[in-house]
Amino acid sequence: MTTTVIKKKPFSLKRQPGFGFIAIACFVMLYAPIFILIVFSFNIGENIAVWEGFSLQWYESAWNNEAVKDASVRSLVLALQASLYATILATMAALGTTRTRPFKGLTFIYVMINQPLMVPEIVTAVALLTLFAIIKTITGIQGMVYLVAAHTAFCIPFAYLPIRARLEGMDLMLETAAADLYATPWKTFQRVTLPLMWPGIIAGAMLAFVISLDDVVITEFVKSSGQETLPTYMLGQLRRIITPEINAISTVLVSLSISVVGVFFFIDRKFGK
Amino acid sequence: MKGNVVLVSNLEADAQRRATRRSWLLSAPALLVLFFAASGPLLIVLVYSFLTSGEYGGIVWKFSTEAWFNVVFIRDIFDDSLGLADAHLRILWRSTKLSFITTAATLAIGFPTAYFIATRPLKSRNIWLFLVTIPFWTNLLIRTFAILEVIRNKGLVNMLLLKMGIIDSPIQMIFTDFAILVGMTYVYLPLMVLPLYASMERLDFNLVEAAYDLYATRAKVLWRVIIPLVKPGIVAGSILVFIPSLGAFVIPRVLGGGKKMMLGNLIELQFGAGRNWPLGAALSITLLSIVMIALLFYVRNMQNDTDGPR
Repeated sequence: MTTTVIKKKPFSLKRQPGFGFIAIACFVMLYAPIFILIVFSFNIGENIAVWEGFSLQWYESAWNNEAVKDASVRSLVLALQASLYATILATMAALGTTRTRPFKGLTFIYVMINQPLMVPEIVTAVALLTLFAIIKTITGIQGMVYLVAAHTAFCIPFAYLPIRARLEGMDLMLETAAADLYATPWKTFQRVTLPLMWPGIIAGAMLAFVISLDDVVITEFVKSSGQETLPTYMLGQLRRIITPEINAISTVLVSLSISVVGVFFFIDRKFGK
Repeated sequence: MKGNVVLVSNLEADAQRRATRRSWLLSAPALLVLFFAASGPLLIVLVYSFLTSGEYGGIVWKFSTEAWFNVVFIRDIFDDSLGLADAHLRILWRSTKLSFITTAATLAIGFPTAYFIATRPLKSRNIWLFLVTIPFWTNLLIRTFAILEVIRNKGLVNMLLLKMGIIDSPIQMIFTDFAILVGMTYVYLPLMVLPLYASMERLDFNLVEAAYDLYATRAKVLWRVIIPLVKPGIVAGSILVFIPSLGAFVIPRVLGGGKKMMLGNLIELQFGAGRNWPLGAALSITLLSIVMIALLFYVRNMQNDTDGPR
């Protein structure tokens, strides 16, 4: 004789049938394509779907490709400049818009700063194309200045948000205490406010850096010929026969973004509110 | 006595004025850069949309509503008869349709995922959340390219299906609406999960318990308790996905291959090979207006949720 024991799971308030399965499938879906991309960057053959053996030849060929080298250097220099300027401007704006009583125009400032997040990138891109075309015909100025200006502008909100969050979580008492001890406003800022703000500023700068490094659309419209960044170079390559060299470049770029964001997360958790 | 009160209030008003001036001064540099390299140029686009297109691209300074007219209509070059601009309407329809389906698909996948994360123990939640954030910060072009590799004719999906003998010849997936849909769902999924999670994290499970005590089924609890409570998150996520979908440019270009265009590609075409800047400008303003309407809807919805009776 057998007795069937009906096992009943303990009742859980939070359970919803099928949700766990969809969630796991979602995570697999999010990572599988990137994982495949990385795996095939190490493939021997030219194929990006059939594994033929391990090699680093595509990294080597990317490294020896002058166009790739040129675009990488330009991308890095551009991202460093844009994130530096955006962070300085965003820090000032964050100091100006937090810890004050709401005043007329504060909403306007918020809207202006967050505007790049709301307007579709393609619209900003053609707008900049028309403006810069006018400036170029009038002044004749060429060069990277246009890309730097455009990148700085759309990086500002990304730098601004973490800095503002940091400032809002800060204790005003410390600054009041410094003022009570006869510190000048500048000294107070230098010795009290700024050190406390650092985690926010670093986080903001990192986000701005990643955003600038990854931008395709605005760069594609603003750049002059011979001003390829790594993403626009890759976009151009996609029209031709794709070799795993693109996978190799992508893998390096992905690792760079992930490490920067990883550090950001760490800072945010360690020093965040 | 009275004089003193007036003096104090004067001093306060003075301090307030100074604080406000300080705020403006500190924000001014950022605002200037944003005005010159972000919002200001939009005005140029608006002006351009009312001008005549130059023969070799660019514009001619002559007022015209032709560009706006051309968004929807087409004039026959021989007899000036009017017709609907089928190509434009088809692209407009495709953009709207694909954006709505993308929003629905990301919601269908993102909702259970966000719920899953929100119901994990506090410690592991941050790790799951980090896992959602990583793809979000990974280059959009690279993620699109990763999808291209998977669904290409010689890609992994087709290779696997061929090997298993399910199909005889590769399924043409790239350069179709389906490919764009898969790409956009994949790329914008984190934008749905993050706001959904933010509102689910605050979900009060006492209410869920109360519903079960009143003999509600799991489905009833989901539809009548959980979903209404996290509605702000659903709206926020939907807007965050819908807006970039509508303006998508890289994804349809890579996965639609120039055959299946969306609004963003049509705009690029007018500024590039099409050499019709005013039309491109009018299309840009059209796209911008749709986005602004979506944002207004969102803001109104948020206000109703916070002000309205609970």
